[in-house]
Amino acid sequence: MAAITRHNNRLGVWGWLGGGRWGIERYAYILHRLTGLGILLYLLMHTVVTSLRVRNIYLWTEGGFFHQPIFRLGEFCVVAAFAFHAFNGIRLVLVELGFAVGKPIEPIYPYKTSVGVQRPLLIAVMVLALLFLLVGAYNFLGLAR
Amino acid sequence: MSNGTKYWTWHMAAGVVLLILLGLHMIIMHMGGTLHLFSPTGPDAVSIANSQWRDSKICFTITYILLLGVGLYHGLYGLRTILLELTLKPAVEKAVTLLLTLTGLALFVLGSWAAWAAHTIAGGRA
Ligand code: HEM
Repeated sequence: MAAITRHNNRLGVWGWLGGGRWGIERYAYILHRLTGLGILLYLLMHTVVTSLRVRNIYLWTEGGFFHQPIFRLGEFCVVAAFAFHAFNGIRLVLVELGFAVGKPIEPIYPYKTSVGVQRPLLIAVMVLALLFLLVGAYNFLGLAR
Repeated sequence: MSNGTKYWTWHMAAGVVLLILLGLHMIIMHMGGTLHLFSPTGPDAVSIANSQWRDSKICFTITYILLLGVGLYHGLYGLRTILLELTLKPAVEKAVTLLLTLTGLALFVLGSWAAWAAHTIAGGRA
């Protein structure tokens, strides 16, 4: 195994969080990670909390610990994180398998960028995520009953 | 195909499965007011009665277990990717992988057992 050369981490956390000159897709990437980690944290807790139902403990119902408003809001955040992660995930699968990046061409001036193909897709999936979120919010706010 | 590529392909495939299963889960649990899907005992999708009605159906028990396994794999593998990008020492990488695998297995066993037990309690037949 080759020795690892370590360099000074000049940008620190900003190197991870910042988009630099990479544009909006770079922010979609960081948001994809944050929402993925958020949903994972929820899944770990959710598995334990829902497993308690076999001991007849339903913490999410009326009077239960997770019925408090702060946790209801938290659950809505999970729905929002899901909406973003799922629809952006569709875009990532398409892009990473090479479907939505355009055909490879000779690099002849004036250069073309694959962003011209990718960006409309990003906008489309974000519109879908927003629609999903709106239906979720409509239910969350109790307007559906 | 190297193991790295193989696990990454599974991660992608798991994402597609999650899109369908978790999409349905979200719609059933959080859009009950609009859609009233699989909640025959009242408008609150996560009431005890509705939970137990779903637990009594074997197709829900099976998809819960499937969703749990696929979700844990996708999520924990994703976390591993993020951690391994920190260029850890090989021994630390191994420890991270082991720890995440054990966490996943433990929760999978707990959740699957609970899904099955809840199915029996709710009056579902094996
Ligand atoms: C709803 C369906 C989902 C889809 C379509 C989806 C799709 C994806 C895709 C395609 C990636 C890979 C990004 C890459 O390799 O560049 C990814 C990463 C990730 N996902 Fe999901 N995912 C879904 C649900 C979930 C769930 C439920 C969790 C948590 C339990 C989760 C946690 C993560 C994490 C932690 C990453 C790692 C981020 C990274 O490597 O940059 N995802 N997801």
